[in-house]
Amino acid sequence: MTSNGDATLKVVPVRHRGRWVGVGAALLFIAMLVHTLFSRVPNGQGSCHPGKGVATCWRFAWNDVGQYFTTSEILHGLLITLELTPLAMIIGIVLGVILAVMRLSPNRLLSSTAWSYTWFFRGTPVFVQLYFWLYIALLYPSFSIGLPFLHYVPFTHVAFWHFDSNSLFTPFKAAVVAFGLNEAAYMSEIARSGLIAVDEGQIEAATSIGMTRGQTLRLVILPQAMRVIIPPTGNEVISMLKTTSLASAIGVSELIGAATNIYTGNYKIMALLIVASLWYLIVTTILSVGQFYLERRFAKGALRTPPPTPIQRIRRDLRGIAAKFPTGHRKFAEVGQ
Amino acid sequence: MTSPMVEARGVRKSYGGVEVLKGVDLTVVRGEVTCLIGPSGSGKSTLLRCINHLEKHDAGELRVEGHLIGYEARDGKLYELNDKQICSERSQIGMVFQRFNLFQHLTVLENITIGQTKVKGVGSDAAVAKARELLARVGLVAKEKNYPSQLSGGQQQRVAIARALAMEPKLMLFDEPTSALDPELVGEVLDVMKDLALSGMTMIVVTHEMNFAREVANTVYFLDQGVIEESGDPKVILSAPASQRLKSFLSKVL
Repeated sequence: MTSNGDATLKVVPVRHRGRWVGVGAALLFIAMLVHTLFSRVPNGQGSCHPGKGVATCWRFAWNDVGQYFTTSEILHGLLITLELTPLAMIIGIVLGVILAVMRLSPNRLLSSTAWSYTWFFRGTPVFVQLYFWLYIALLYPSFSIGLPFLHYVPFTHVAFWHFDSNSLFTPFKAAVVAFGLNEAAYMSEIARSGLIAVDEGQIEAATSIGMTRGQTLRLVILPQAMRVIIPPTGNEVISMLKTTSLASAIGVSELIGAATNIYTGNYKIMALLIVASLWYLIVTTILSVGQFYLERRFAKGALRTPPPTPIQRIRRDLRGIAAKFPTGHRKFAEVGQ
Repeated sequence: MTSPMVEARGVRKSYGGVEVLKGVDLTVVRGEVTCLIGPSGSGKSTLLRCINHLEKHDAGELRVEGHLIGYEARDGKLYELNDKQICSERSQIGMVFQRFNLFQHLTVLENITIGQTKVKGVGSDAAVAKARELLARVGLVAKEKNYPSQLSGGQQQRVAIARALAMEPKLMLFDEPTSALDPELVGEVLDVMKDLALSGMTMIVVTHEMNFAREVANTVYFLDQGVIEESGDPKVILSAPASQRLKSFLSKVL
């Protein structure tokens, strides 16, 4: 090599010409999309409404979106969505973990019961299940808690608790039960994959120091399974947030139900669907941030150095930029600390 | 003489038709170190795992301090013990694994305290004090806040020994404790084990470290194809093996 010893040789990176063409095309497309989002159209077209003395108005009816974004009916709908989602997820997660543990049981009856549950609830549309629970009274007019099968024996039927199906399964409760039981089928598979992912040696070690099976599950297996379970569960929560919109079909005025109620009166369909979608986006964004921190927490011990939080990353980037400036700009570097 | 710490009589175990232990007899005297050596697949680890009932033996008698392991003899019948009874038996037998098996989600300190607080019901202050004392003994005081993944193999294995000792076992089982270690880390683990042997702990060690067996063991058992081929004082049988099999095994490992 002739350049041996010459430490000042400059590195010239490869030029990616094809990539620049792609970037150009993408930029053009984004510009066109943004333009249509904020363009105006003549009176009376699309979602635009005449009679306000304006010659043109937003194609996407942003003024209507702004007007309905925080109306009480929409906010009330949002609240119901925010009640339905966690209630259904709690049922789904708790039952899902139980089903996963059953599925892994050496007992054939327990494992096949769990398998059948997943088979049924995953194999039928959640929409059908929703109606099924709403109209459960057609199959079981009433429920009572007592001793099983004794109603076949005269004079022995004792019920400790008795209630009417129609009054029990209001649309809201039917939705919670339907979404929760359906979710359990999916959550059981997620939980099972997490439980299987924990190394068998962990179970042996727990057993060898005298932990019972329950302790081993609770103290050793589940905490480590969480690392595998959380990312897809976050996905499920976000999916559930939007699945709850199906409840509008059985008369629950959640976010989509509220939007529908309003636009059937005034035909501002697009504006109200945009309002609802923006709310879904906002909640999803908040949930994603929560998921990041939850994942970080349960990654304890699995990674030698946990990934930086976005705030830490921004600080690090600022420090990187600051380091490029000479000492006169040290103040800027300290801001990044 | 009091009953030996471990006594096995005609212990048998098969996995799906393959007999791994074909009637093993073994006696471990209190306070002594016993090494199990032999080629892989000879049944050494299985025998060890039967002693704390991680595996159920199919036939024969296995006693720890005179008590049958996993069973109770009453009215001429053997009753299998329930989960809780077996767990309490196991908590008195420490076990160290080839792949350490430290709880990955807990710090070094928590690994050593969890058994004390959750199984033995020791208060958390006392458990932490005991854990620190044991960490000092294995030379890892500075690492108590680390997670296992941040430690070297040798350090992890020393923590695993401390975790087992925290239960104050009367017997320690070691299942190839140095086989997964880089050669330069083997010594630090063997040192801790030698130290433990000197303190009078009864130990059963499955190992390929012939020097350790020669130096530390009181008795060596050579297993081959599920039977004990030869046993005795390591200084005798490792230098002048009587059986052809042990002779050829030693020629391969030494």
